[in-house]
Amino acid sequence: MPPRRPLLRHATAWLALLPMAATVLWVYVGSVLWSMRISVSSSRTLPISDFVGFKQYTRLFDSERWTLSLQNMALFGVLFVIGCLVIGFLLAVFIDQRVRGEGLLRTIFLYPYAMSFVATGLVWQWMLNPELGLQSTVRGWGFAGFTFDWIVRQDMVMVAITIAAVWQACGLVMALMLAGLRGIDESLWMAARIDGIPPWRVYASIVLPMMGPSFGTAFVLLAVGVVKVFDVVVAMTQGGPGLASEVPAKFIIDNLLVRANIALASAASTVLLLTVLALLAPWFYARAHASRRDERVARALRAGEPAAGAAA
Amino acid sequence: MIHKTRFTRLGLALTLAFGVATFAHAQANRAEVLHWWTSGGESAAVKELANAYTQAGGTWVDSAIAGGEQARAAAVNRMVGGTPPTAAQFNTSKQFLDLIDSGLLNNVDEVAAKNNWDKILPAPILNSIKIKGHFYAVPVDIHMPAWFWYSKAAFAKAGIAAEPKTPDEFFADLDKLKAAGIVPLAFGGQPWQEKITFYAWLAHVGGPDMYMKLYRDKDAAMVQGPQFKAFLASFKRLHNYVDAGSPNRNWNDATAMVISGKAGVQIMGDWAKGEFATAHQTAGKEFGCFPGFGPKSPYLVAGDVFVFPKTTDAAQVKSQQLLATVFTSPATQVAFSNKKGSIPIRTDVDVKGLDMCAQMGVAIMKDVSRQLPTPEMLITPDLEGSLQDVITKFWNTNESVDDAAKSMAAALKN
Repeated sequence: MPPRRPLLRHATAWLALLPMAATVLWVYVGSVLWSMRISVSSSRTLPISDFVGFKQYTRLFDSERWTLSLQNMALFGVLFVIGCLVIGFLLAVFIDQRVRGEGLLRTIFLYPYAMSFVATGLVWQWMLNPELGLQSTVRGWGFAGFTFDWIVRQDMVMVAITIAAVWQACGLVMALMLAGLRGIDESLWMAARIDGIPPWRVYASIVLPMMGPSFGTAFVLLAVGVVKVFDVVVAMTQGGPGLASEVPAKFIIDNLLVRANIALASAASTVLLLTVLALLAPWFYARAHASRRDERVARALRAGEPAAGAAA
Repeated sequence: MIHKTRFTRLGLALTLAFGVATFAHAQANRAEVLHWWTSGGESAAVKELANAYTQAGGTWVDSAIAGGEQARAAAVNRMVGGTPPTAAQFNTSKQFLDLIDSGLLNNVDEVAAKNNWDKILPAPILNSIKIKGHFYAVPVDIHMPAWFWYSKAAFAKAGIAAEPKTPDEFFADLDKLKAAGIVPLAFGGQPWQEKITFYAWLAHVGGPDMYMKLYRDKDAAMVQGPQFKAFLASFKRLHNYVDAGSPNRNWNDATAMVISGKAGVQIMGDWAKGEFATAHQTAGKEFGCFPGFGPKSPYLVAGDVFVFPKTTDAAQVKSQQLLATVFTSPATQVAFSNKKGSIPIRTDVDVKGLDMCAQMGVAIMKDVSRQLPTPEMLITPDLEGSLQDVITKFWNTNESVDDAAKSMAAALKN
């Protein structure tokens, strides 16, 4: 049987990818373009194809609720990503100590991620409610001065939401980190033991820098979660008290479904998309740059090998 | 051989498909009704509508989608997509105005003329469903979104002898409840509940004139005037009487506080009756209700309607007209209202079967001067949402009355 020509092989691959590519182009890119088109119209309940320029965008940034939503998302993003990475990593290190019942602990830590936040968010809401949950229980034990009412406070409600969100997502980060830790060569640990380096130092100076890819993966997953944060807010506070925990995704859904203002909702989603692209562009650029560099290095090495052999 | 089988199969499939289609046509007056009545009491109520339609010779196809927003979005999507249901539920409001403007709805002028809707329907509802001289929706119920529900036990404990007749008396009663160690106002701090409290308070304290100037005339100058600011301060005063756990509380949890006597009063729509009924409490016995302060208090009118998506299919049009006729007939109205907790859309019905609060409501509805449309009937969902943002911020933060008035004026101009 003669070997297939590369072109034909590529053609088959392309053919296999075509449905997916068509879906991405038609459904995703098409929807994005459609949203952008709607965002410069005066559509309310139904899409209208007139053109009103950037009126919706002006209105969007005049809206106190939208700017507040963006601020809340930024605050949530920073707290949530840092919280998840730190706690997830520490949990992974803890489990990596070959503790007994590792399987059970792993399941326990990962379990929150398997449950829908619509249900667990409600439990968090009750737990944090000053009249029902933690605060009243502790007060019932005799500590009358105990106060934990973050969920009803304007300035702390985002932190309360972040706690619940971190609780849910840090198990996933732990799983990723644990995989990374287990991928580290055992001989490295032995060498460190022989040199008498304390374990915390090995983690901090050797293991952590080697875990770059794990952190990268976790970061991307968490960052996506930040931009689309919706369910945790709806389940816990519905954006309240007042507007204190409003987020962009909720602004979009409210305008799309409840307030019959699909043009404004489209403008908001366009702004959100552009924000994400602006944040991701440097990262993509760095990645592309790095892989090009790697390729160059690899090529140089391949080219250098015979020469090096000759020298030997 | 293989090909033959395939063709046979295709033929079978085609026969089946057409067979089903023919069968569907054979169903008399088939009507697919899209609604969001999914809770226990609600589905019992919609079953009354279905039964009445079946008895009138129709075939009811139930299409329930949980959640008003989702159901309305589904209805709009199906209309735009060209496969609309026969009838779709909306609130008595401006929610379906865009659909009328885009020519997506059929009117039911014939049914309206035959049944004299102009005479029997209350003005706020007529104004909502009759657009440019055509009837585009059939009303099925009247809900009053802002009754005052109070626990008789809590009132007795606080030494309150009679229902308050003025806002000042109401504040005095709230103080008494507070002194007795009872949560004075059972409050669910979700934006829509804050909004209901706001417009109820506006109707009762600000008065119908101020209410209409805001919601009908969108008078930005009035909003910045001293009288409206005094009203805003009065509204915010209510915040002194809620408990720390109120933010984001569900309305039925707040009702439960009144049921248990833990709280004194709740301002909530007549759907709260269902909660009292489930707890085996009777109006006038364990709990009381009053629609406002004094014998001339305004009565807010809200409710549900069905609209009829545009179709040229004569059979569908016939079904739509039959639905409109059946929904508004006196017998259906009483049976439906009893299950739903609402009051009938017409006053010429037998009220004996209704509970005390509903009977009070029907009696009040006979006095046209007391009827007041809800904001949903007067302003677009968009403006309503913007105002809601202003209200919830004012209620939950230390924002000054002046700033709140300014934000409200800005929302009105937008």
